[in-house]
Amino acid sequence: MLKDQDRIFQNLYNDKGSDVSSSQERGDWVNTKEITDKGRDWIINEIKESQLRGRGGAGFPTGLKWSFAPKEVGSRPHYLVINGDESEPGTCKDRDILRFEPHKLIEGCLIASYAVQAHVCYIYIRGEYFVDGQKLQAAIDEAYEKKLLGKNAAGTGWDLDIYIHYGAGAYICGEETALLESIEGKKGQPRLKPPFPALIGLYGCPTIINNVETIAVVPTILRRGGKWFASLGREKNTGTKIFCISGNVNTPCNVEEEMNIPLKELIEVHAGGVIGGWDNLQAVIPGGSSMPLIPKEKCETLTMDFDSLMAEKSGLGTAGIVVINKDQDIIKCMARIARFYKHESCGQCTPCREGSGWMWRMLERMAKGEATKDEVDMLGDVTNQIAGHTICAFGEGSSWPVQGLLRHFKKEIEKRNNLDPIVQKKNNIPYLVDQHLLDKKNA
Amino acid sequence: MSLRRPAKDQPESFEFNTSSLEAANVIVAKYPEGKQQSAVMALLYIAQKQNNNWIPLAAMKYIAKFLDMPYIKVYEVATFYTMYNLAPVGKYFVQVCTTTPCMIRGANKLVEACKEKISENEYELSNDKSCSWMEVECLGACVNAPMMQINDDYYEDLDKQKTLDILDKILNGETPKPGSYRGRVNNEPENNRKTLMDLKNA
Repeated sequence: MLKDQDRIFQNLYNDKGSDVSSSQERGDWVNTKEITDKGRDWIINEIKESQLRGRGGAGFPTGLKWSFAPKEVGSRPHYLVINGDESEPGTCKDRDILRFEPHKLIEGCLIASYAVQAHVCYIYIRGEYFVDGQKLQAAIDEAYEKKLLGKNAAGTGWDLDIYIHYGAGAYICGEETALLESIEGKKGQPRLKPPFPALIGLYGCPTIINNVETIAVVPTILRRGGKWFASLGREKNTGTKIFCISGNVNTPCNVEEEMNIPLKELIEVHAGGVIGGWDNLQAVIPGGSSMPLIPKEKCETLTMDFDSLMAEKSGLGTAGIVVINKDQDIIKCMARIARFYKHESCGQCTPCREGSGWMWRMLERMAKGEATKDEVDMLGDVTNQIAGHTICAFGEGSSWPVQGLLRHFKKEIEKRNNLDPIVQKKNNIPYLVDQHLLDKKNA
Repeated sequence: MSLRRPAKDQPESFEFNTSSLEAANVIVAKYPEGKQQSAVMALLYIAQKQNNNWIPLAAMKYIAKFLDMPYIKVYEVATFYTMYNLAPVGKYFVQVCTTTPCMIRGANKLVEACKEKISENEYELSNDKSCSWMEVECLGACVNAPMMQINDDYYEDLDKQKTLDILDKILNGETPKPGSYRGRVNNEPENNRKTLMDLKNA
């Protein structure tokens, strides 16, 4: 288990309060000026050395991302945007940072803004987190009062303004370009890349977009050194991470742990074990709903980091672990996830808009045992028509969980669905009906 | 994609009152000059708050004029994002999360409770028109599942009986205390905390 002094989020459970003075006791805002005095190149190099990877799901190296920002500010200002649109089912880590460690985030914003030469920072928070956003706003107001933000923020000589922008219930706005569209006051539909936001982003200006957790760990990394961070975890998968363990466990919780921790340790030690015992485990979704599930046999030895999960054809994603035990119907669980994706597709690309509905309806029928034998392969075919054929990664996100189900639980589906299409029974099966006809009014 | 339609009965006109107007001007100032369109999402929230939890078409037209942008762009935004209510939902708007992490911990019991107490169907106002409920997608409190949101507040770690009690309270016009209903502290593992013990005991 990680030593307590190596935990970055000391106030994860709000033992101490989240105001400036108690944050200062935990080491925030103590020597911000000394850090910025070392210069941009030092900051970016230190982050590169720490091998910090983005905590929002894709795991892109943060130092590298920052170095994409233009070195000189031209006619267009630079922006820093923080992605707090945490909507991935199974994930609730950013919420705790927003409400209990806001000053880690705000200080991180200041340092990151300095590193990428931005004077304005927008924090995008999902609309449902209104109360938590208000707590962050209170922390921002307090920071302005104490001269930690605004002109010559925290004595660093850098001017920074932070504004909160609330989303309004669209999962897709967690995609970085959709998020920019949303801040610009449009529908949250992703943009084509390239051009990448680092060159043409918010209002057409260079923009760096980072997850809340990524930015919140930056000040601690710079204080304790990139080497310290890199010494935790393993090569290319360094540092600590907040894991959210939900589902059929005895004590669901958020906990900060070292990368590369065994999944079994997380579940058994922190989450109090699977309900009904370890043998009652059916499958685990390791990184938020869009990552393919992992069956029990592999959970015994699995370690939680980007690369080892990639090797299992899954991914760390946001590290939202959903534990599913044998009391649950796994097909029904995945059908519900498919319904989530059907609901949240932005409707821009046809394969995703239509395909997400197809997957949902097919899975619902499969859960009831109303599908025909050859539909199981057809479902796999549908997922392949979506993944890789859309503007953003939502296509992959919606089809991977279904592919994971087919990979590991195909027998289960086939056992339940052995209808033969050749035998002409009068089964009333609504094949490929226009999904809007099935929609509830005002859904 | 979700399909959303504006209500049939629409008020004739809409205007911001003084406090809304003040709040709107503060928000417009957050964005660079000429980019006031960015404020549309926040202004729709303000309109929703002022107009008893829902946004009439007249408010969209008003906001379009206010921000000097085409009405259709406001309409697009209001119909795209699911947190803008396009039809009356009552003073207390109950949203039950039923996505997989909540589902496997018994969110259907919460839905049953809503059906018993509020109305048989989603989006349907209760008898006294004060309250309605709907199933929503992940609300981002998965370790506190099952949970629901009433207006801005989260109610966590629920079961059927606790939900019935909460719904009784709101139907009586009271606002129940938000947070965990199993008495646990935030997101810590209940009675099983192994980390940061010095701080807990300090």
